[in-house]
Amino acid sequence: MEKSNVPSPTQHSLQLQHVNVKLLLQHPSEVALDPLIPIFLDWIQDPFPGELLLDIADYRHVPAGPGVVLIGHEGDYGVDNTDNRLGVRYNRKAAFEGSNQDRLKQAARAALTACRRLETDSRLGGKLRFHGQEVEIFINDRLLAPNSDATRVAADPDFRAFADKLFRGSEYSMTQEADRRRLFGVTLKSSRPFSVEQVLEAIG
Amino acid sequence: MKVSNAMWAEKLAGQLPEGLDREIDIFETEVALRKQGKFDERLFAETRLRRGVYGQRYDNGQRHNGKTVQQIAYPSGALTKGPSTMWDAPGMQRIKIPGGGLDAAQLETMADLAEEYSDGIAHVTTRQDFQLHYVHIEDTPSLMRRLAAAGITTREACGNSVRNVTACPYAGVCPDEAFDVTPYSRAMSKFLLGHPDCQNFGRKFKPAFSGCSQHACGLTSMHDIGLIAVTRNENGKETRGFETYVGGGLGAVPYQAKLYDSFVSPEELLPLTQAIARVFAARGEKKNRSRARIKFLIQDLGIEKFKELVQEERKNLPHDPRWTEFMTEAETFQETPLRPGGKAPLLGTADFQRWVRTNTRLQKQDGYVVVTIALPLGDITANQLRSLADTARRFTRETIRTTVEQNIVLRWVSQSDLPELHKALHAAGLADPGAGTIVDVATCPGTDTCKLGISSSRGLAGELRNRLAEKSFQLDESVQNLHIKISGCFNSCGQHHVADLGFYGVSRKMSGYAVPHFQVVLGGEWDHNGGTYGLPVIAIPSKNIPEVVTRLTDRYAAGRQHAESFKDFIKRMGKVELKKILEDLARPPADPTDRSFFSDWGDPREYSLSDMGIGECAGEVVSAVDFDLAAAERELFEAQVAWESGQVAQAGATAYQSMLRAAKALVKIETQNITDDPAQIVGEFRLRFYDTQKFFDPFAGGKFAQYLFAAQEKSSQPATADSARYLIDEAQLFIDAAHSCYNRISTPASA
Repeated sequence: MEKSNVPSPTQHSLQLQHVNVKLLLQHPSEVALDPLIPIFLDWIQDPFPGELLLDIADYRHVPAGPGVVLIGHEGDYGVDNTDNRLGVRYNRKAAFEGSNQDRLKQAARAALTACRRLETDSRLGGKLRFHGQEVEIFINDRLLAPNSDATRVAADPDFRAFADKLFRGSEYSMTQEADRRRLFGVTLKSSRPFSVEQVLEAIG
Repeated sequence: MKVSNAMWAEKLAGQLPEGLDREIDIFETEVALRKQGKFDERLFAETRLRRGVYGQRYDNGQRHNGKTVQQIAYPSGALTKGPSTMWDAPGMQRIKIPGGGLDAAQLETMADLAEEYSDGIAHVTTRQDFQLHYVHIEDTPSLMRRLAAAGITTREACGNSVRNVTACPYAGVCPDEAFDVTPYSRAMSKFLLGHPDCQNFGRKFKPAFSGCSQHACGLTSMHDIGLIAVTRNENGKETRGFETYVGGGLGAVPYQAKLYDSFVSPEELLPLTQAIARVFAARGEKKNRSRARIKFLIQDLGIEKFKELVQEERKNLPHDPRWTEFMTEAETFQETPLRPGGKAPLLGTADFQRWVRTNTRLQKQDGYVVVTIALPLGDITANQLRSLADTARRFTRETIRTTVEQNIVLRWVSQSDLPELHKALHAAGLADPGAGTIVDVATCPGTDTCKLGISSSRGLAGELRNRLAEKSFQLDESVQNLHIKISGCFNSCGQHHVADLGFYGVSRKMSGYAVPHFQVVLGGEWDHNGGTYGLPVIAIPSKNIPEVVTRLTDRYAAGRQHAESFKDFIKRMGKVELKKILEDLARPPADPTDRSFFSDWGDPREYSLSDMGIGECAGEVVSAVDFDLAAAERELFEAQVAWESGQVAQAGATAYQSMLRAAKALVKIETQNITDDPAQIVGEFRLRFYDTQKFFDPFAGGKFAQYLFAAQEKSSQPATADSARYLIDEAQLFIDAAHSCYNRISTPASA
């Protein structure tokens, strides 16, 4: 067992920084990734407010990999195929001020806004659509949030409060990532589908 | 950038190898000092390069959008991490893997770091390193600490230093080797890391080991020092040694290494290398980077004169017990298997049989094979790294190595485990067949991330890989075994000179527009440690390169005489005939509205050279004295921090140490034979700089030197808050005087 001088997180000490949100997509085999390169090039020219977008990393050749990543300063956007589950992913890299709810909301908004922009881009032919029911949330920092039972217990109230809002009070399941070596995170699955617009509206 | 950066030092306290923790603390301080504008940017560039922290494309603060060049508004504004290198620009972290050797936990660490600091991908290079891209400078100390805790260093991964010591990944298991070079390469890597005699090079220095002369795996011919295992019989006893080559290198003009000695004994391996390093540091070019590699020095001097100088230097080397400490263990070194050896499976799917044919290689030990995991473009995901770690634990004693073909091998796999191992790799997306074949294209980062990239080597490699993979098993067997290697520019990081079909990026104008091209390089030889370099034949637009491959391989398959190699076929064809076959592909598109030629593979922007920056491969030419004086200043800064936090004793000791370091920096201008003994440093300083008055200030005379002498006299006395404070002030004046002294003696007197 690795010696640790840093205590396990508690509900009060847990900082949910570097939040990643991945929105799973419908019919992933129908989504062509080639148009993402010119689309993301356009985004570099026309970024989201307050964000600096820098470059594109193309990993389409890697099985079950990060797909195409739009590298930013504050955060990366991508259409990610990790675990062969295609989704629109936002990876917050810079620290974000505020509460854990604020941080979850910021990352979710970023992912949803990106997803909406892709859904409406004609170059993707309307094939890229949010699944509507599945969202993965990860904390990309093993020191702040090791993938442990203690972190799960500490994060549970924040995740539940956020999921309640995200799915507008509908029933949902929450499953923790099982491989303790992987990032701490959960998969949220709602009992009924929502559109990107509905979820954006729900989180405010 | 990571919120946890401040916490990793505490988390890993006591878990880092001795020396590395201090080394990383120093770098973290330098990062902080540079951020505050208290550390020279040129010096900072070299210090970060020597920790493997490299620049990336667009770090000069501008990016071409396909029409115009636009400025990038990085949040830290004008703050830089080197000349024309913006602070906030993402960079590349190179991670040294000596001999390519890794264990499962190290793979897992690499996975964590790829996820947390990079973009989820770890990249294996053509020199057995790993690279992570898009890393923020402020994350690098944490990243280094986590690597160090896993037994990995980034120290001297870039810059004008001894780079990763590479070695044949089949060492110890190859049936054709003279003996296992693994322990010798590790000993060299350890010995040269941070060695004082390797801190003042004008350019990098790359060593490589091979177990034999006939295969390619070590590529010794293209290294600054190449060592091939040989044995000879002495009085009825087989003794080990190294056929030693020097002065090889690729780059724009490739040089084949020259034979230095046909048999260097293991006892002489390290002292000889040290002597070579001293000659390179003393005599190598420092100002003109393009002629600063040791190959140019050897060319200018001639190998015989170079040998004389090395032998002279060797005689003067003070004995170092580390020269031979490793030898007993080296002679008995042997990896062991986890599972009993077995027999090759006779059954299996066609996919499995193909994979066995191309991705496994018999070991000299009966019943075992080496399995190659073919990584597309050298890339592997974090989750794949973890799966591979699991597989390595399940089937081997974690005998993992990276290769110069940008792959990973698992050694000591029992043949009877192959079906299960294949299943495990397949589940992780790691069972692509075609390792070491024409499909397994090697490439440097090119325009994807490299500041020097001219054309998209990775884009082209991906395209060729896709096209060839579709038909690879229908290709003639002679074609299947060819090697394709691609560099984004003439600097040869993709090793295009030693490929059957090599390509390097160039640009040409067509119809008034810049068009990405690749120069076609043919006739190189991968075997015999990269025994022959290919020659450029013709530059072809990037988009026509797949057709070049098709034409040449078809012609070879159809016109090959007996067992003629591709190299011999190319030689027989001749440049004129080859040009004829390809020249129509060099012309502009027939349809003038076809704009596809004006963009590169994987990048639809209209092609432009304006994203190119200044390369950092050569690092900044910063003298060892500059470095040592900067280190003295950093120590003085630490003394001030200690004093402010009430650690008086530490403050006094560190201030004294900073004076010693500055004095030693000056002494080293005149002699390299100086230890860390304070009495020796002060004595030599007095003799060489005080008694000669070289240190004397035009106004203050020898006053500042007296501070050092006084500090030495009082060094055993306990420090008080006042005495530590005075000593810090005196140390500052002494270091300033050392800078002035160095400036005076290094600036030629005007005529």
